[in-house]
Order: sequence, then C-alpha cells, then structure tokens
Amino acid sequence: MDSKKNNSDKLNSNNDNLTIIKPNTGWQVINFRELLEYRDLFFFLAWRDIKALYAQTVLGFSWAILKPLVQIIVFTIIFGKVAKVSTEGIPYFLFSSVAIIPWTYMSQTMSESSESLITQQSMLGKIYIPRLIFPIIPALSRIVDFSISLILIFIVMIYYRVMPTWNLLLTPLFFLLMASVPVAIGLWLSSLAIRFRDIRHAMPFAIQMLIYSAPIVYSASTIPEKYRILYSLNPIVGVIEGYRACILGLPIPWPFIWPGIISAVILLVSGALYFRRMERVVVDVI
Amino acid sequence: MTIGNTAIKVENLSKCYRIGMKEEMHDSLIKSVFSFLKSPVKNYQKHRSLYNFKDVDKHSDNSDIIWALKDVSFEVKEGEIVGIIGVNGAGKSTLLKILSKITDPTGGQAIIRGKISSLLEVGTGFHPELTGRENVYLNGTILGMRKTELDSKFDEIVDFSGIEKFIDTPVKRYSSGMKVRLAFAVAAHLDPEILLIDEVLAVGDAEFQKKCLSKMENVSQTGRTILFVSHNMHALTRLCPRAILLNGGVVQSDGESNKIVASYLDFGKGVKSEREWPLLAESPGDNVVRLRSVRVRTKDGEIKDSVDIRKAIFIDMEYDVLEEGNELMIYYHVMDDQGLEIFNPIDSDPDWRRRARPTGRYVSTAEIPGNFLSEGMIYIGAGIWNRNPEFRRLSVPDTVAFLVVDNMDGDTARVDWIRHLPGVVRPLLNWETTYSPNESGR
Repeated sequence: MDSKKNNSDKLNSNNDNLTIIKPNTGWQVINFRELLEYRDLFFFLAWRDIKALYAQTVLGFSWAILKPLVQIIVFTIIFGKVAKVSTEGIPYFLFSSVAIIPWTYMSQTMSESSESLITQQSMLGKIYIPRLIFPIIPALSRIVDFSISLILIFIVMIYYRVMPTWNLLLTPLFFLLMASVPVAIGLWLSSLAIRFRDIRHAMPFAIQMLIYSAPIVYSASTIPEKYRILYSLNPIVGVIEGYRACILGLPIPWPFIWPGIISAVILLVSGALYFRRMERVVVDVI
Repeated sequence: MTIGNTAIKVENLSKCYRIGMKEEMHDSLIKSVFSFLKSPVKNYQKHRSLYNFKDVDKHSDNSDIIWALKDVSFEVKEGEIVGIIGVNGAGKSTLLKILSKITDPTGGQAIIRGKISSLLEVGTGFHPELTGRENVYLNGTILGMRKTELDSKFDEIVDFSGIEKFIDTPVKRYSSGMKVRLAFAVAAHLDPEILLIDEVLAVGDAEFQKKCLSKMENVSQTGRTILFVSHNMHALTRLCPRAILLNGGVVQSDGESNKIVASYLDFGKGVKSEREWPLLAESPGDNVVRLRSVRVRTKDGEIKDSVDIRKAIFIDMEYDVLEEGNELMIYYHVMDDQGLEIFNPIDSDPDWRRRARPTGRYVSTAEIPGNFLSEGMIYIGAGIWNRNPEFRRLSVPDTVAFLVVDNMDGDTARVDWIRHLPGVVRPLLNWETTYSPNESGR
C-alpha cells in the first residue's frame, strides 16, 4: 500500500523505475534482481510440472522408483552377472544403485531442460518472463522424483547393511553439482535448440551414450592413471564418484571430483552467458 | 534522463524480420546430391542470418526483409489510454511485443516509466491438470504478481470469475467459457502502472465481455496508462480517447480516437455501417419510392462497423412505396476500397418478383454468406430499378460501408497464411488430397 502513496513522489523524483528498451547487442550479464522478483514463479512452474508429470497414471510417483529400479536390475544382470565388470568388491546391485539414481535425475533434467524453450514456445511469444527460468525449472521439479527414488537407496543400504558414515554430510555438495550439470547443459542446448532442432533428435541418443562416459556401469578405477584428469573433466564423473563414496562410506576420490567441479562452473557460466545472448532472438526464430 | 510525466516514449522504433529465403531448384541429380551434402552448412548460414541484421539498411529494398515497424515514434502521458488500430500486419502486435520486452527492436528505443504488465493473451500458462486455484496462482505469477499479492486478491478473483464452485476442479473439466472467465479474472486484477492489452476481449461471451469492459473502464479511471490494441472499434472508441493508426509499420495518424477510427473505417469517405433519412422529403427517390435507410447488421440484428469474415452479413434496405402499381427491382452494388465492383446482388425474393407493389413500408434484406468476402473495407451502394418500363428509380453510391476482419484463428480461408492475401473474394473451399505413397516420379 505504501508504494501507492509514494507513487507521485517516485514519478517526480523519477529514474528508479525506468525501463529502456533498445536493440541489445553483445553479451548480457545475468539479472539476478529480476530473477529474485520472479521467485514465486519458479515455485509455481515447478509445481505445475510435478503435478502434470504423473497425472492420470496408475502408478503415479511409483514411476520415480520403478524406472531406475528396472535399469539397475538390467545392468546388474548384464554388467554384473554376464560381463562381470569389476566393482572392487562392492555388490553390483549396490554399486549401480547409488550411481543410477543421480544419473536418472541428471539425464531427465538434461533432456527436459534442453527442450524447455521449444516446449514453452507458445508462452515465450505471449509474455515476458526471464527466459532463464525455463531451463532451470526441470532441475527443481525433478527433485521430487529424485527424493522419492532415494527410498530405493535406503532399502538397498539396509539390505546390504551399509552403515551411514560422516561422509553423508558431503552429499549437499554433490547434490549441488548434480543439479548444476544438467542446468549448464540445458542452458547451452536449449538456446541452441531454438535454431537447430537437430538437438531434439540428438538428445535421446546422446544421453544413451553419455551414460558410458561416467563410472555408472563400471568402476572409475579402471581408467588408466594418465587419462584420469581428462576423464574427470566430465562433471558427471565427479557426481557419481562423489555420491558413491558418500553413501558407501568410501574415501572421497577428490582427483575425480575437482576437475568436474571446475568444468561444471565453466559450463554453467558460459551457458548462462550464451543463453542471455540468444534469448533476445528466441521469439523471432522459434 | 528526464521525460516529464510521460509514461511511454517511443523513438524511431523499428523492427525487421527476415522471411524465408528462396529454395533453389536443381536440374540434375548430381547437383541435388551436391547441394544435399552442402545443406548443413547452408542451413547453418541461413539460421544465422535469420537474426543477424548487421547488413540491413533501412532504405534499401531488400526482398527478404520485412519491416514490421519502421521509425515509429509517439509519446503516451501518464494516465492516458491509447488505442492502437490498423489492419492485420500493420505492426500493432509487434509494437506491443517490443514494449512488453518479448522481442527486441532492431532499431530505435522506447523508454517506459513504471511497472508494466502486458496481456497479449489471457490464461498464459494455464495447465489442464491443475485446479482452478492452482492455475490462478500460476497464471498470476506469470503475469508478474507475487504470491502474497495473489493471496490477498484471491477471493476477489474467484468472485469476479463467477466459478467459485469449481475452483478446486482441474481446469481440463472446465468449459472453454469457464476457462476464459477465470483467466480474465486473474488478468483484471493486475495492478501495474502501465498496461498493454492485445485483442483479449475477442474471447468470451457477450455478457462477460461487457463485465470486462466495465472493469477496464474502472481501471482506466484510476489513472493507469493503457495501450490497447483491438479490432473492436466500439470498445476502442469507448475506452480510448486517443488512437494511433498504424499502417505498414508506420504511424499513419495519431489523435482523437473517434476521428482516427472513422478514418480507418472508410479512409476519408465518411461512410458508416448505417445510414438513415429521417425526413421523407430529403430521402433519395421519386414520387413512387423513397429510400429511408440502409444498415449492415449481423444475424442477431447488431449493427456492425466491422464483421468477422466467417459470419454472414445482412444488409437491410428500408424503403417506402408511395404510389402503388409499379414493379420494382431492389439491388446493391458491392465494391471494395479500390472501387472494384465485386458483385451486384438483385432481390430475387419470389413473393415480390414481377409483382406490382402496394403502398407501404418495405424492408428487403440481402444475406451475404460468411467466408465469402475478402478482408478490408466493403462499400455498398443501394438502388431500385423499375420494370416495365425499364428505368432507374434511385441509386445511392457508397450508402453504407463495413470492414471485414479476419481474426486469423486458423479456421478461415487464410488457413495458416499470415501475410497479405490478395483476392477479391475469399471463399472457404472444400479441399481434398489423395495420396499414393509409391507412385512418385512415375
């Protein structure tokens, strides 16, 4: 109410609420103040996605457990029993459970985030909201799925009698890394996908390939020492190794994690900048 | 930068689009194979050029550049309500999209003072799986409201929409009318200093439209600045004291809305959709028959300056026969704004054909079907012809005029064509395609 009273003063003293619209060229910084103003929208858009995701399904949120579970079982049979992949003595089912659950979150978020501008194109042309919101929303809405699927991890931990250790205190770090990787990739790919719909066709198959780029079905220790840094530049490696060490109480393999954190930050910042550069032409090109 | 009490200042605002480039034709297999191999590179260049305008010169005549807006300048004072009119493709929507930050201009600038909200569509972001309540919050935050603001206005919004009973039902079970009501209720409770509105009144039933209009009138009395784009000339003249006419991306005229709308409707000829001669002595005709009025109306009898291209139009001619015993032929000239005669309908009603008419008041009505006339101004001339002997009793060129509007909803003969569509008439034809997958090139 105060704002109304002050209106006349504000307009006379001017300048504080001026919007200047002109052609933008070059790189734009991220407007955090604006994002903060739209914080409620983050919540409601994520809520919409969560509610719409399993609407009219019989199994509902059980899907959040069922999907990774089936994958874990298949991998356990193929890589654990048939191919006998070395896991340094960890039961294969346990070994892959702790990797597949964060991977499921990352791959789903990544593909949704990459398509976010295309799927929301009708909204883009009708109203201005900070476009940066769109590739970030999947990272929020998929947290629900991820949290539910953690139940699976608990069950597996109890079954294999894995004792929680102080390592668990580090999980927020890996959670942050886990969420920022798909957002970073989503920022890059969603802005590219507006112009090049090829992304849409490449995505499912790229994700299938990507699963083998990280120690999900195999152990990172099989990577030769001299390629370790190169291998670990893939931030997914850090996320998987980090989670595995946290949950199973193994020593944290920092050499596999640091390079990933650095490349994730670079990817995130560059992705955000590229996104800002592209968002001004989004509506015209879509 | 001081701009006094100006709310919106637009200076030389321009926006261009690059339309699709011509596809090349290949006359040999080798060439087409080669171009297929080259195509990723070419597609990349094409995609890049779609948003790259460094090489564009405003004065050059580049065929694949469309200037949606060209050097548009105007100022809107605080509290002013301005209507924006113009035919499809005149640049109205582009202007609103630039002002609401949806798209960037190619040149020029706009300075806006105050919190701005735009309503280019009602119900943006509505999701069928969410309940009415959830959609109110979602749509409200999309429109720029805060959750706390929505909390305090929620009851008012639901009350305005008139669908309290269904507020916790998923929107997918709503009728389309209910959805619009709820969406508009949210929009009507926006509280910005500057509001941009595009054509949203075209939805909803007549009663609800009226409610929205009166709500907007209330809003406009609170000193808010409004920019309003509409094809509804009645609403526009009622709501907006000032109007800006855009034509081909430039400001053609800017001033008092009644004058601008009138000049828009008949580009200076002064012809309206209804014409009456209240005094018999001054009415056209002779001692046998006198023309008393001609009006353009819809099926429901509503007199309209602008009509939906899909709807049938009824043209009533009212005339008095003062002396009995003459055979009369009632006819119209239907012309476009270029003066081209589109057709000349003659009254074929069998009841009065070849029949001497008794004295009295007559109303002859011609029904022009929907999906027949082309977009634009239509001028109607009225006439009465005598049979046996043959001569013209009366003829009034450009008696009435109306505007045919194609709202581009996709169900007109425009289909998905959004640019200028020439042609004297625009019938919606039956189309059929047969397909045989294995017979190409045979």
